[in-house]
Amino acid sequence: METGTPTETTIQRPGRKRWPLILAAVIIIAAIVGIVAYEYFTGTNNQSASVTIQGAGATFPAPLIQNWTVTYHNLYSNVTINYNSAGSTAGRQLITNKTVDFGASDAPLTDAQIVAAPGLVLFPETLGGVAVTYNLAVISSATHLNFTADVIVEIYNGTITNWNDARIQSINMGVTMPNVPITAVHRSDGSGTTYAFKDYLSHVNSWWNKTIPVDTSTTWPAGAVQAAGSGNAGVAGQVSNTPGAIGYVDVIYAIKNSLGVGVVQNRAGTFVQPTLQAIIYAAANETKITSPTDPRQHIVNAHGGQSYPISTYTSIMVYKEMSTNPHTPKNVAYALAKFLLWIIGPAGQAIAPGLIYAQLPSNIVSADQTLLRSLTWAGQQIITS
Amino acid sequence: MSSACFLVALIPLISILYYTVNEGYAALNLNFFTQITPPIGGSGGGILNALQGTLLMVGLASSFGIPLGVLAGSYLAEYPSSFSNGVRLLADALTGVPSIITGIFVYALIVITTHHFSAWSGGVALGSIMIPIVAVSTQEALRLVPPEIREGALALGISRSRTLLQVLLSTAKKGIVTGIVLALARVMGETAPLLLTALGNQFLLTNLNDQAASLTIVIYNFGTSGDPRAVHFAWGVALILLLLVLGLNIIVRMASRQKLQANQ
Amino acid sequence: MNLRQLGIRSKAWVRQLVDKTLAWTSHPDPLQLLVLAAALSIPVTWPIIIDRVYVGSILAFRPFGLGFIIGSTWIVSPPGGGPPLLGALPALSGSGVTTIFALLIAVPVSLGVGLFQSELAPKQIRAPSVFLVEMLAAVPSVVYGLWGIVVLVPFMGVNVDPSLKSALGFLPLFSGSANGFGMLTAGVILAIMVVPYASSIMREVFAAVPKAQREAMIALGATNWETVRKSVMPFARAGVVAAIMLALGRAIGETMAVTMTIGNTAKISTSLFAPAYSIPSIIANEFVGSENPLHLSSLFALGLILFAITFLMNIGARLLIRQLSFKARRGHVA
Repeated sequence: METGTPTETTIQRPGRKRWPLILAAVIIIAAIVGIVAYEYFTGTNNQSASVTIQGAGATFPAPLIQNWTVTYHNLYSNVTINYNSAGSTAGRQLITNKTVDFGASDAPLTDAQIVAAPGLVLFPETLGGVAVTYNLAVISSATHLNFTADVIVEIYNGTITNWNDARIQSINMGVTMPNVPITAVHRSDGSGTTYAFKDYLSHVNSWWNKTIPVDTSTTWPAGAVQAAGSGNAGVAGQVSNTPGAIGYVDVIYAIKNSLGVGVVQNRAGTFVQPTLQAIIYAAANETKITSPTDPRQHIVNAHGGQSYPISTYTSIMVYKEMSTNPHTPKNVAYALAKFLLWIIGPAGQAIAPGLIYAQLPSNIVSADQTLLRSLTWAGQQIITS
Repeated sequence: MSSACFLVALIPLISILYYTVNEGYAALNLNFFTQITPPIGGSGGGILNALQGTLLMVGLASSFGIPLGVLAGSYLAEYPSSFSNGVRLLADALTGVPSIITGIFVYALIVITTHHFSAWSGGVALGSIMIPIVAVSTQEALRLVPPEIREGALALGISRSRTLLQVLLSTAKKGIVTGIVLALARVMGETAPLLLTALGNQFLLTNLNDQAASLTIVIYNFGTSGDPRAVHFAWGVALILLLLVLGLNIIVRMASRQKLQANQ
Repeated sequence: MNLRQLGIRSKAWVRQLVDKTLAWTSHPDPLQLLVLAAALSIPVTWPIIIDRVYVGSILAFRPFGLGFIIGSTWIVSPPGGGPPLLGALPALSGSGVTTIFALLIAVPVSLGVGLFQSELAPKQIRAPSVFLVEMLAAVPSVVYGLWGIVVLVPFMGVNVDPSLKSALGFLPLFSGSANGFGMLTAGVILAIMVVPYASSIMREVFAAVPKAQREAMIALGATNWETVRKSVMPFARAGVVAAIMLALGRAIGETMAVTMTIGNTAKISTSLFAPAYSIPSIIANEFVGSENPLHLSSLFALGLILFAITFLMNIGARLLIRQLSFKARRGHVA
């Protein structure tokens, strides 16, 4: 049985009404600390000083956008833009729910989504290429496997289950394909990159066109051995960690992970790598301004012998009348508009090629600038210069 | 055979410690502690914003989690009744609620209504995980105080509240502090609720309404990206997190073992 | 028991409550009120959680009703258009399979560890062994996940899965291709995470066995192992069941380590090698970027199901433990 009487026990003599004083002192100190902290943290005193802008959305352009935010912060240290790489659907959801200041998505809005977010405008900020990436240790990095849309479809619907399948081997005659089972990796979250990928397959393969809807969702054909990752980074990570895996990511993710980058057959029949030049060709051939207020583009399966077929623009979404977003106070709106103007301007666009994103063609830049000039706060135009 | 079970159970611990130290220590340098996290695909960088976020949100959680937990535990210990038995049962069950559920209910309660993912909603999520843990451990610590002390205090005519505040809590303070520190260590390692409330931040936060990074979110994002540089970075962060969490655990257990030895 | 007795009983507690309140008002103790208010935060949290999660999930239950629980597809946008076909079964089966598999490994190991720590280890090793196992419990889930991706998944994919396939590949459980990500690996990580939890409860349960039982066996000349088997185990049976229930609740609610190793695919499979989804993983992945209100609501509904399961497991286990310690105090044998 325990006889343990703690040796350090003393019964404290209740001093004369000591504890109310202590309690009072604690309350006063806590109040002072609380007030000081409140002032500091809600920054009601420094309206014009530091501004924090919250954005969220597509992981496809995230390396570029986060590079922009860091560069911009180094230029204007009082402006902090936190871009959350949460996926295109998350970006659309968050800006629709008005829990962020701007969203980003590679996928266009459906009619229902436009109705759900009245007043939202989209404008492209950059464009890139969706690489078909794979993890095969025996294939050297100098070799790039060839893919056609039909082969990709058959991999993703489980018709082709092994890398040494005749259908893959026949378009890769210079390579001895290994006997490795294929894991088809896709996104576990709503994704604009998925949209672009499905869009491309839908254009070129009739089975896919009839069977799989073109959207951002996680709906894929049954039958293949699958795995999924969250975000472009998650897919790249899943492919990196799964020998024999194939996936689709923005090309910079494949390069950063030292994964194989596939060569895809384009509309003209040429097998093209997702290089900067090939993406630029695709954009040059397919970019059309149909409406001055709607600069959205559709460049998958582009014409042209040197175009990369799975290229896509990606857009940023803000509310035209920025005061309708309760997340965005006035100073944030003004700072945000300035930032958006900067990223489509020469300084911002010059950063893109280093990360294998193409610079915006000049007609898109003009259309974007027109759109940004139409942003208002309580009816007043924000960008006046 | 049971010793074999014990050794089998230890293998993952040894493996985790080995890999964390081996892979992580190379990432540690002065920059690691003074710079913010690198952008996606970038290099270098550090954990300053993640550390800030974690400490801030754990601090926020503690600011209401500790007082509420200690007071609730005092109630459970000092005013036993069938009602308090029921509350104890609910508290125990609350400690078993998956942290992702805490995340979705704080999301529904705060994020949706305030139109903000924020550091303070992350703090609220962590705090609501802390309260039942601290309450239960406080109750247990107070239970261990020998009845002679309680009786002695009452015999001297000290009122019940004074007994509690001046006598019992200070007697049991080692146990209570142990419980608090363990709750802090637990909450420091949480990821799921923060994914739905604080979301993450590339930069240092200046306002509690900003989104917040945390050590755990950084480990998750960098660790799943497959980029070898990012994965090494994640191991470095994991090393720091393990040092913090295991360090706290080890300190309190050493301290309570000293107490046991002193009593023997 | 007749109604009248019942009637008197209820009146008695009402009278007691009134007496208590009146007595309190004559000697008010503000501290009691303060601690009571603090303690109320716990029972108050429950309806808040349930309400928020339930309200979020209503939209999902309307079209599907309770059929949502047995819906076997999780397709957010069906081919050919149409409303989402969302059901709980893929995530539920993924959670179920990984949890059951984890328990199959963890329960025997925890029993062994618990016995080792309470009965069979030499005195000097006991405290360090408890300490080490508690360190296992302190490791954050996301660190388990990172270790899982970098260490366990390749280990399983290269070493374990092929051997299992060649030995047991005729069973549907071990059919199909194995790349390391899947229910098997997630189950192994869950088992590792659950062992310290379950073993600490079992250890306490074994320690609660009255000494008289053990001493009687030893006096009769039983070996250490026989003592354990014949006197400790039967007594601790209820406690072991409680530990299993708590372990189940813990395993099924585990998020990060499972998300990072399970493959994140909403399909029902018979093979342990196949990738799948657990309920916490699907919520963590799809919640912030849900495609439409029905999708979000279905995730809330999954959360409600998870909540209900863990609640039942926890309450059931705690009640069992209470009953057990009540019996122990009275000196009963199970």
